[in-house]
Amino acid sequence: MIPVLTIGNSPVDQTVVRGPMPNVQINSEPVTLDEGATVVAAVAQTTGRELTESGTPADGGRLGVAVALAGEVVPRSRWAATELAEGDELEIVTAVQGG
Amino acid sequence: MTTTPATASTPTPASETDGGVVPSVQIGSYTLESRLIMGTGGITDLAALEKALVQSGTTLTTVAMRRYSPETKTSVFSMLERLGIDVLPNTAGCYTVKDTVLTAELGREALETSLIKVEVIADEHTLLPDVIETLEATEQLADRGFIPLVYTSDDPAAALRLEQAGAAAVMPLGAPIGTGLGILNPHNIELICSRAKVPVVLDAGIGTASEAALAIELGCSAVLVASAVTRAQDPTAMAEAMRLAVAAGFHSARAGRIPRREHALASSPAEGIINPLDTLT
Repeated sequence: MIPVLTIGNSPVDQTVVRGPMPNVQINSEPVTLDEGATVVAAVAQTTGRELTESGTPADGGRLGVAVALAGEVVPRSRWAATELAEGDELEIVTAVQGG
Repeated sequence: MTTTPATASTPTPASETDGGVVPSVQIGSYTLESRLIMGTGGITDLAALEKALVQSGTTLTTVAMRRYSPETKTSVFSMLERLGIDVLPNTAGCYTVKDTVLTAELGREALETSLIKVEVIADEHTLLPDVIETLEATEQLADRGFIPLVYTSDDPAAALRLEQAGAAAVMPLGAPIGTGLGILNPHNIELICSRAKVPVVLDAGIGTASEAALAIELGCSAVLVASAVTRAQDPTAMAEAMRLAVAAGFHSARAGRIPRREHALASSPAEGIINPLDTLT
């Protein structure tokens, strides 16, 4: 069974010690994350969805969300391994009506 | 010569088709089942949009990629997923190659599809495509394994260049986005269709059903319609009209229209007229 990740309690091995409670920008809004927070935690916090470590919704279905960090796409497979640091700029995007 | 869609390897006479069924179109590795691609913009009522999409019979529908906001929760994506309609992310709002490629990558990652509607506009007033940026973006996206459906102007030379750059479909505009002015240069659209080896999708400008039929008669494989349906007084009824128009256009194109003539050609016999004109004098 895939362990469910809760916000602020990342099971990811925190080998890199960073400053506590990083202040990041998510979609140009300042957000303070918990120490050692990964992209999974940031997405969970932004969308309000409970996510598995693999970045899929714990309740099944598709999330329909993608993330760019400093202008580069972070594939979902790397969300759990990507820790966020002070000053990181994230874009969290989804599909909206258009076209 | 009748206008036959590129995908129909052996043209079947219309009389042998069953019940007006329109065959699918191959766009790269993707099979487009319905030749009516829908947009989702221009309507606030999601329930009304859902009805229109269902009535249109569409199997592929565009969405835009934007920053996540809390209001996005009952998203259009989950609706399309529920309806079993494939999603076509676009790069609307992009002005440069860099933004276009990033938006496409985000769309592929978020929606798990390699289809991308490449849309690079020149300015916000005309919303006309910037063909130079579009060409470069198309090349990069094709190299990255996307299936690019490329929005472009109604320029036959540009359409060929885009095809050579890796466009899986070229999508010339009939008229500027949202204008409903129809097909302003039918000759160019016909020329694009006659030379293209990839499917041509008429994108933008369609205002009413007859214009969708015309696009297919000119040789387009499919049409993309958004505002004409979503901003119609009755979107559901217009969606149905569009579905029927696309089918009508397909069958009339295959049936082969009569040539245009300068003068009248009587369809009733000239012999045996009861009161010939010369007896009246």
